[in-house]
Amino acid sequence: MIADKLQQLGAGTINNVRGFGRAGIMLFGALLGKPDIRKGFPLLIKQLYVIGVLSLLIILVSGLFIGMVLALQGYTVLVKFGAEQMLGPLVALSLLRELGPVVTALLFAGRAGSAITAEIGLMKATEQLSGMEMMAVDPLRRIIAPRFWAGVISMPLLALIFTAVGILGGHLVGVDWLGVDGGGYWSAMQANVDLYQDVMNGVIKSVVFALIVMWIALHKGYDAVPTSEGISQATTQTVVTTSLAVLAFDFILTALMFGG
Amino acid sequence: MSDILIDIQQLTFSRGERVIYRDLNMQFVRGKVTAIMGPSGIGKTTLLRLIGGQLKPDSGHILFAGEDIPKLSRSALYAARQRMSMLFQSGALFTDMTVFDNVAFPIREHTRLSESLIRLIVLMKLEAVGLRGARDLMPAELSGGMARRAALARAIALDPELIMYDEPFAGQDPISMGVIVRLIRSLNNALNLTSVVVSHDVTEVMSIADYVYVVAEQTVIGHGTPEQLRAHPSPLVQQFLKGEADGAVPFHYKAAPYEQELMELVG
Repeated sequence: MIADKLQQLGAGTINNVRGFGRAGIMLFGALLGKPDIRKGFPLLIKQLYVIGVLSLLIILVSGLFIGMVLALQGYTVLVKFGAEQMLGPLVALSLLRELGPVVTALLFAGRAGSAITAEIGLMKATEQLSGMEMMAVDPLRRIIAPRFWAGVISMPLLALIFTAVGILGGHLVGVDWLGVDGGGYWSAMQANVDLYQDVMNGVIKSVVFALIVMWIALHKGYDAVPTSEGISQATTQTVVTTSLAVLAFDFILTALMFGG
Repeated sequence: MSDILIDIQQLTFSRGERVIYRDLNMQFVRGKVTAIMGPSGIGKTTLLRLIGGQLKPDSGHILFAGEDIPKLSRSALYAARQRMSMLFQSGALFTDMTVFDNVAFPIREHTRLSESLIRLIVLMKLEAVGLRGARDLMPAELSGGMARRAALARAIALDPELIMYDEPFAGQDPISMGVIVRLIRSLNNALNLTSVVVSHDVTEVMSIADYVYVVAEQTVIGHGTPEQLRAHPSPLVQQFLKGEADGAVPFHYKAAPYEQELMELVG
């Protein structure tokens, strides 16, 4: 009985380590070597559009609402202490340090990550990746690499857009609706937000999340069992794994950046 | 230049515990259509993947124009693959590109020809398979037979020396089957290709192949020209060629005697 459990645990661990190994080899194969600008650049532009630009709408709308909710919740607390002029820093710091990178990563994983996994899984199932290999074109360089870089470039930008729209949303509710002083909203924000400590750390977080989300999404697709059930499982796993990994890494990064 | 393009020597390949091939020997002669036949599930597609270097054998040699495929470095393997081509069972067309772009894909990847020249080559290849008019269609708009012909045009885009067909007749209606049979033979002659056709459609294969290998039980059980095979003494080869349900390959999966099982059930 205990031996069985131990055996299962061992098998599970070996499988996980193998998965990590395969994911590492995939990324290594995709990113290593001299980039071919002539062929690679158009592919990157196309993926920046598919992965980045097409995710804009969900990012804009979510950012606006989250900023509005933050202002509404923050105002009800701050007003009790007569500190409503601190609404600007509250909204800006929450968004820059946490909500911008984290929520963008979660939305991005749901929208672009799942789509990438399904697309690559289906390409595998319909032998398109094998076909490419047999045509002496490396699918890692042709399919994986442009998507990876497009995600890593676009996610920090999306997080910044999310944050900017959120701050405007906060202004909309705090200043235009609840009557907080407009000048105070911006000046307190300017006085309390530090470029390196807050803005840059937020961008660093976002880059780390982008690496995690893209790596997991691409690997789950590339490693998917090429059946309809396998692809559906891989897509689900992408969303679940990336979300948990983003939240876990957020804690680690927050502890490192703001913990001391 | 040797007459033999591919020489498979003492090839052994297994998946996990299961041995797929044991000491397999085969030779494919330049300029000929060679067929590999055998029951489903014995690893015929696997053999094509081994020749293409997508899988590595446990032991043995696969010589392609004198080069041992499993021992090649990555860059040498990719160079060798530019001289061979494979038609997948599903066609494996890229679904996000038109038929034209699919055929142009290998040319754009491996050459620096001008777009006008690429256009000329692609239309020539599409004309050869009768799909010049379908150049602007997306793969989803093609019938199964057309998709396979489009994939064939892509496979011959770079004028390979070798083309491997994986079950080219599977799931085709009689008309498109006839078209593909004719295409395999005529392209082989016109482009001086070497063709390897993996299939279990006996009639079609026997009509176009110059030489046939019948594979079963992990190795070659019979080989020869279609005429020689029809007179082959092996009961297994005869059963396969005639499509008999019972014979050397039993109809029943291995089980205890039926009477014994019935008696046990009755008690």
